[in-house]
Amino acid sequence: MHLMTSNMECSAMMLPLGESAVLVEFGGGIHPDTHRKVKAFTEYLDRHSVPGMMEYVSAFSSVTVFYDSLMVKQLHQDHVELKEEPSYRIISVILQKIVTELRAGDGQKSRVVEIPVCYGGELGPDLAYVAEYNKLTIDEVIEIHSKGDYLVYMIGFAPGFPYLGGMSEKISTPRRQSPRMSISAGSVGIAGMQTGVYPIPTPGGWQLIGRTPLELFCPNENSPSLLQAGDRIRFYPISPQEYEEYKRERI
Amino acid sequence: MSIKVLQPGLLTSMQDLGRYGYQKHGVIVSGAMDTYSLRIANLLVGNQEGEGALEMALLGPSLQIEKDSLLAITGGNLSPTVNGKTVPMWRPVYIKKGSVLQFGACKSGCRSYLAIAGGYDILEVMGSKSTYLRAGIGGFQGRALQRGDVLEVKSPEGASLERVEYFKRKKSPESFVPASWYAGRKPIPQTLCLTTIRITRGLQFKYFTSESKSQLLNDSFQVATQSDRMGYRLSGVTLQLEEPLEMISEAVALGTIQVPPDGNPIILLADRQTVGGYPKIGQVALVDVPILAQVRPGAAIRFQEIELEEAERLYIARENYIQELETAIRLKFL
Repeated sequence: MHLMTSNMECSAMMLPLGESAVLVEFGGGIHPDTHRKVKAFTEYLDRHSVPGMMEYVSAFSSVTVFYDSLMVKQLHQDHVELKEEPSYRIISVILQKIVTELRAGDGQKSRVVEIPVCYGGELGPDLAYVAEYNKLTIDEVIEIHSKGDYLVYMIGFAPGFPYLGGMSEKISTPRRQSPRMSISAGSVGIAGMQTGVYPIPTPGGWQLIGRTPLELFCPNENSPSLLQAGDRIRFYPISPQEYEEYKRERI
Repeated sequence: MSIKVLQPGLLTSMQDLGRYGYQKHGVIVSGAMDTYSLRIANLLVGNQEGEGALEMALLGPSLQIEKDSLLAITGGNLSPTVNGKTVPMWRPVYIKKGSVLQFGACKSGCRSYLAIAGGYDILEVMGSKSTYLRAGIGGFQGRALQRGDVLEVKSPEGASLERVEYFKRKKSPESFVPASWYAGRKPIPQTLCLTTIRITRGLQFKYFTSESKSQLLNDSFQVATQSDRMGYRLSGVTLQLEEPLEMISEAVALGTIQVPPDGNPIILLADRQTVGGYPKIGQVALVDVPILAQVRPGAAIRFQEIELEEAERLYIARENYIQELETAIRLKFL
């Protein structure tokens, strides 16, 4: 782990996304260091309220803060020098201040979530293709996939869907020529250099190598997504029998 | 107290002002496409403006009203009738039990809203009554209405109860009693006329060719038939970048105009995904989203550029207008 002793030296650009959102861009592309800044910033937003802010969406190198301009103008009237300014400038000044005050050590803690996967068979119909494409045996693909240490960079595309980094190039496989009309929830797939898990049934072109019995999208829970940006993920293989047992126990 | 669905219509779903606070979990906002009309419908019957209401698209439903109820219909004109007689829109209407409220041909706009005094008895999921169609959650059983569904209605209280009593006192023999006034009616795009939509520049506007920038603001675009609650696909000239742009996924917003590699812009609407990776050429001004939501697939739009400050001024003016309207409606019942 990188230990930083000084200030995080965080800077970000404030870019208006219309009159109700500001995109806070940290720069640096898809990289664990960039992600740490994103996470430090969202941890702050989780702990403190920014008056007028409705919610945020974090991505690879940016966090977008959604706000109500009427509320921002009303709630920040004490900023005399900003009084006549449009709300995006008021909120940008506030967010910029938060960014510069982020400390080293923020955004470093992460949960580890273990995800059981039943690889191959009916639940992972493309596993053999992934092996063949990479000139590996099926067992080698399973081993490489389940030995990986994956970082959840962001959640999006579908509820609870993780954008993961950290998959080995050895099992990278292009998308299928013709996408499937529906992919079952829990399917674990590979698309190029990415691996991911489908939380809800979705059409898609990913190569499906297995399925998890875990529910990634839980609409009735306080936090409807099992995974959060910043989590670390490990996959571990289970047998079809264990898969069925998991499913039964949940009911 | 309930409403029975005799015919569901093309796409009739429960919506409110949207599900906020969960986008970071990948949960989309949903909500009414034309939030303005939904808010006015609720205010007319004395509900909180963000109460759940039915959104009916293009071909409306046929509903049996099983108890005397106070309703309001706003938005696009889907030719509403009660027992065959035309019902006026944008005002409270007291409808007697046993009546059939039927929507027919679409005369203007494409989405109509039906609010009921007291509100529909719908459980909130993640703080909202909106239907999240793709995930199958929220609203009425997570789906669009079907024939035979029965919608329960909560008992009116406070302002909505007073308004119900007001109409009851009229003791009219008719099957429905409309208020003599209307409020909040806004211009709804006629079926095939050209609608102007105001936009601000998108974050990647500058990366488009000067020809594309000028075409965006001078040409008209047709709303393609594949358009839906997720977004409006536009056809017309194709918009090109100066050179390919390396983009990684980031958040999008209501009204974001993104341009995929084929050059045909897409305007993201109520059921948009939370993130996207296409360049954003523009952003529809929030006040014009409800107008856009009434533009039918097949009709044409053109864009007019305004400054961000102007978009915000328009938004704040609109919010003030709705507040004044709420007061004005309240005074009608004193």
